[in-house]
Amino acid sequence: MSGRPKANLQKALNVLGPFIGLLFVIAIFAFIPEVQGRFLRAANFKSVATQSVIVALGALGMTLIIISGGIDLSAASNIALASVIAAYAINAGAPPAVGLVLGVVVGGLVGLVNGTLITRLRLVPFIVTLGMMGIARGLAKWIAGNQKIDAPMTWVNELMAKSPRPGWLLMAPGIWVVIVFAVVMAILLRYTVFGRHVFAIGSNESTARLCGIRTNGTKILIYSVAGLFCGLAGVMEFSRLTVGDPTVAVGLELDIIAAVVIGGGSLSGGEGSILGSMIGVLIMSFLRNGCTMMGWPNYIQEIIIGVIIIVAVTLDRLRHRQES
Amino acid sequence: MSDPSAPPVLRMERVSKAYGATRALGDVSFDLRRGEVHALIGENGAGKSTMMKVLSGAVPPDSGRMTLEGRPYAPSGPLDGLRCGISMIYQELNLAPHLTVEENIMLGREVNTGGWLDRRTMRARVRETLEFVRHPEIAPDVPVRKLGVGARQVVEIARALLARSRILVMDEPTSSLSQEDSLRLFEIVRRLKEQDVSVIYISHFLEEVQKVADRYTVLRDGRNVGSGTMEGTGLDALIRLMVGQEVKEMFPRVPHGRGETVVALYGLKGTRMAAPVSLALDRGEILGIAGLVGSGRTEMLRTVFGLDELEGGALVVSGVETGKAAPWVRIGQGFGLLSEDRTGEGLALSLSLADNITLSRYAPYLRFGLLRLGRQEKAAGDWIARLKIKARGPLQKVLGLSGGNQQKVALARLLHQQAEVLLLDEPTRGIDVVSKAQIYEWIGELARDGKSVLFVSSYFPELLGVCDRIAVFHRGALIDVRETRDWDPAALMAAATVGRAGNG
Repeated sequence: MSGRPKANLQKALNVLGPFIGLLFVIAIFAFIPEVQGRFLRAANFKSVATQSVIVALGALGMTLIIISGGIDLSAASNIALASVIAAYAINAGAPPAVGLVLGVVVGGLVGLVNGTLITRLRLVPFIVTLGMMGIARGLAKWIAGNQKIDAPMTWVNELMAKSPRPGWLLMAPGIWVVIVFAVVMAILLRYTVFGRHVFAIGSNESTARLCGIRTNGTKILIYSVAGLFCGLAGVMEFSRLTVGDPTVAVGLELDIIAAVVIGGGSLSGGEGSILGSMIGVLIMSFLRNGCTMMGWPNYIQEIIIGVIIIVAVTLDRLRHRQES
Repeated sequence: MSDPSAPPVLRMERVSKAYGATRALGDVSFDLRRGEVHALIGENGAGKSTMMKVLSGAVPPDSGRMTLEGRPYAPSGPLDGLRCGISMIYQELNLAPHLTVEENIMLGREVNTGGWLDRRTMRARVRETLEFVRHPEIAPDVPVRKLGVGARQVVEIARALLARSRILVMDEPTSSLSQEDSLRLFEIVRRLKEQDVSVIYISHFLEEVQKVADRYTVLRDGRNVGSGTMEGTGLDALIRLMVGQEVKEMFPRVPHGRGETVVALYGLKGTRMAAPVSLALDRGEILGIAGLVGSGRTEMLRTVFGLDELEGGALVVSGVETGKAAPWVRIGQGFGLLSEDRTGEGLALSLSLADNITLSRYAPYLRFGLLRLGRQEKAAGDWIARLKIKARGPLQKVLGLSGGNQQKVALARLLHQQAEVLLLDEPTRGIDVVSKAQIYEWIGELARDGKSVLFVSSYFPELLGVCDRIAVFHRGALIDVRETRDWDPAALMAAATVGRAGNG
């Protein structure tokens, strides 16, 4: 049985692959003398984590969608719409909690519409969410009267504060929100029937149907849940900016998708994990952070992240080829 | 016209081909004369398609030699075969649906000067060819997807003619054609003969073969069991050659008795079924469904299971009439379906054995809404041991298993699901003999335990060996149901290929 230990090693590598990538990125900057001192500080790590919250929340839902074999191009527009809704409500005098809930619910509704159109019209998710990308962005601008919505400062704005109150929280409440939901989603995917159905639909939708899975209902649920996460991310965006900005997060859906893919998600469905996606988010955030400290211009960051995406996916494919 | 004394256009001598341990072709010799239509017949799996793959260059033979026009012929690939003048017209047509008739016919052979298309010349050639095959009404600038199946086939033939093919292989050309289109196709075949083109004609419809072909060759179990001239050869003789002597021990029988009717179809009609079907299935019965590929058997199973939409008739389950129902509802009623398309539909290849086996019934492993993965894994392990599935363990992906073991995983899912009515669509297709015998035994045990089985197969010996009754489909309609003892191989073959049962 010489194959056993080898198989176990393979399995360990599958789980640890993205993690090793993250350590590698951190190690690079930790060994560059110019930034070493500033980079390796706890305060810097906290600020990286805070900057990751919005993409991380989006990636929680996107992981679900990508595992099921779909894609959501409307995620970033949805985030902007939710941030505008929350600001609008609070500005109009609604209690902060109501503003927060409204933002999340509107995000969920956008997801519900996505899922319903995909299943009822039998259109591919790429097309439906491409359309929704424009629709949600347009709605956000319309509601905001094509400008930023100012809102009075409330506790909602402290969700993304780097030094939180009360102090025992240590990190921004938004980070804790991400951690809690990441754990919930990881359990949902691995230990519930819904989670197994998501994998089955992504692996082979015909098989899923054959096995009695209500594929349409499950897909609508998937897009709705992802929409709720975009809504929550939108509220975090509002919290960070303290205004509702309809032009915020343009192109962010590609960062979210990239994070999921770097974390082992397959665009052909059936594969992906919450842990991997979260590591994917951190890899990108640390890269941006390190590059900024180095004083490298934006375009260098863009090139590096582009290379990372291609390298990560290539490594993933090589691993697969070995498996089969 | 064909002249017996002239040297053959194509000669295959003692050609053999094996896939792993399975011998697909054993020492097959074959002559094709200039300008003749030569019928190649045999049951599914007899080796016809392997022989044509060797001929076209898609697979190299293990041994034996071929000569084309007297010269040695060893194609390096399908393109080489085509260049040597051999064209294949497959059941699934090889046309680009968005391109026009003309673009399809000229694809890869565009007339051009320095890369610029010479549309006028091409148009003239296409028209000339379409006229030759007596279909001048097909417009060259219509996209192929707008044509019917018959017209598409004509386009394929025109394509082969423009490639100056000397040999044309037609694989089941009429299986999806209407009567009228079939007659026009025979007319085209006659005109091809006049042009000294040789045609290898593969078909299960024996009466049609008798009409069209000059000579025949029958394959059975990868061997040439008889060739001759069609004139003076009766249907009976052909059927006898196809069926041969049966090996009975292949089919272990498990004694079982039949109970009350469990499922009854009254004029059931699905959107993709050609005709309504009435049929009853008893508790503890194995009911075989015979017929050729595309004869409507799969469509009936899928309609029963709710994968195809029901548009007429009634489905009575345990005395209760049920209407339209989705697959998950049918599963609740006790149905389970084994798909004929193992990799495309039957299994989620990138998931583990454990997930594939338990996918249709997670309930036993749930506590407070959460799955107990250890139990799921252990249960899957038990099924792997029971069905003797060769795998590293329950967490291995199904992707890496052999075809036979994959099929066992699909079957394990139905057993794990505890389905009462099993709809099995070609459950033994493409798997080895030992696994086949095991599957027959399990089917027998299922019947003994009071389950009901609908067993669709194109391999008639297994139906005769395993089933209590056998129903036959021909061109979309159920034409006959009898107790298995009232069928014999020849009668079954006749019913499926000709559409009327002999006297048994």
